[in-house]
Amino acid sequence: MNEPILTMVDVTRVHGTGEVVVRALNGVSLEIHPGELVAVMGPSGSGKSTLLNLAGALDLPTSGTVSIDGQVTTALRPNELSALRRRRVGVVFQDLNLIPSLTAAENIGLPLELDGRRVSESRRAALGALRDLNLDELADRFPDQMSGGQQQRVAIARALVGDRRLVLADEPTGALDSVTGDGVLAVLRARCDAGAAGMLVTHESRHAGWADRVIYLHDGRIVDETTAR
Amino acid sequence: MSVKDSLLALLSDGPAYGAKLRAEFDRHTGGVWPLNVGQVYTTLARLERDGLVVADGGPDPEGRIAYRLTPAGHAHVAQWWASPVDRTEPARDELVLKLALAVADPSVDTRAVIQSQRSAGMAHLQRLTRMKVGLNGSLQDAVVLEHQLYAVEAELRWLDHVESFLRRSPAGSRPPAEQTPKLTTDLSTDRGPTDE
Repeated sequence: MNEPILTMVDVTRVHGTGEVVVRALNGVSLEIHPGELVAVMGPSGSGKSTLLNLAGALDLPTSGTVSIDGQVTTALRPNELSALRRRRVGVVFQDLNLIPSLTAAENIGLPLELDGRRVSESRRAALGALRDLNLDELADRFPDQMSGGQQQRVAIARALVGDRRLVLADEPTGALDSVTGDGVLAVLRARCDAGAAGMLVTHESRHAGWADRVIYLHDGRIVDETTAR
Repeated sequence: MSVKDSLLALLSDGPAYGAKLRAEFDRHTGGVWPLNVGQVYTTLARLERDGLVVADGGPDPEGRIAYRLTPAGHAHVAQWWASPVDRTEPARDELVLKLALAVADPSVDTRAVIQSQRSAGMAHLQRLTRMKVGLNGSLQDAVVLEHQLYAVEAELRWLDHVESFLRRSPAGSRPPAEQTPKLTTDLSTDRGPTDE
C-alpha cells in the first residue's frame, strides 16, 4: 500500500497539571492512507476532538508522534507548523466559518492567497474545486445567497483546495436534513476515493457507514475497529 | 410482511400470472425478500378461495393462468392503503433477549457483547451505504434500502443507550432498576451527561 498521509504513533495528550491532570488521549496509534475515510466514534469525553485536533496539527501531543505527509508536527517551528496546516490539512467543522463578505470562490481561494499565491491563481484553483463538486454555479454567490447544504459543500471545497490531501471533518452535516447531509458525505467520500485521506468524527452511526474503517474511542484509547468488508 | 396484500396491490395494475407477479415483487423490493413461485401460487389460490381474485380467462399457450382482482379485491387494496400497518406487536428478537439475559448475569461481560454487536451492525451499515451509493436513482430501491439503514442505525443507538445505562450502574452489569442509587452529595455534584 502507498505511504499513509496521516501517521500517529503511541500518541498521548495530557491536559492540565498536578492533581487535575486529564489524559484525553492515551497511547493511540493510527494510520490513514490515501483513498481512505476513517470514522471516529465514541461517547462524549472519549477523546474524539483531541484526536482530530492532533491529526490536524491544531494541537501537539504530550508524547508520541503525529506525522502529516511525512512531517512530524512536534519537530516543526510554529511558522512551519502553520504552513503545514495551510497547505496540507483541510478542516470542516459543524460551524462552517465561511466569511460572509466573500463569495464562494473567494472563500475557497482565501487559504491559497494567505499562503502567498496570486489572486488569479487562487481563483483558478477555487473554480476547479467547485467544478469537482459540481458547484460551478455557486462561484459568485455570497454565503447568505446559498442554502445550508450548498454552504456546507463550499466549506468542503475550501477544505480540499490546493494540494491538501488530509481532510478532517467534525460532525460535518450539522443540522442539515438527512438527504442534504447524505450529499455532503457523498462529497467527502468522493474526495477520498479520488486520493485524499479523510477523518470523520461523528456521533451518528449512519454517517460512519460512509467510512472504510470505524474506530471506537473510549477513555482516550482505541477499543475496537470495524473495517468494511 | 404481507405477501397477500402486496400481491393484491400489484394486481391492481392489471391481470398477471404468478411468475410475472413474483418478478414484479422482487423488482419493487430490490430483491430483499425473495419469493418463490410456489409461495406466489399458494397465495393466489387462497385469494381466489376468498373471492379477492379470479382467473382472467383460460390458460395461455404455455399453460399459465393470469389472475385479476374482483371488486372485493379492489376494495381490499383500497382498505390496505388506507390503514396503518400494525407495529405494536413486538417481534421476538434474539438480540433483545440476549442482552436482557446478559445484563442480569454477572458472569457475562455485557460490554463485550454490546461491542461485538455494534461492530457487526456497523459493518452491515457500511455495506448498505455502499449499496446506496451504487443505486441509480431508483426510488423503490432507495425506500427499501433506507429502511434497512434506519433499522440498523436504530439498533446501534439502542446499544449505545444500554451501554450508558451500564456505565452509570454501580455494578456495571446489573439492570439499573435494581441498583437505584441513594442520592448522596457525592453523586449530586456537578457532572456532565457522561461520566468519563
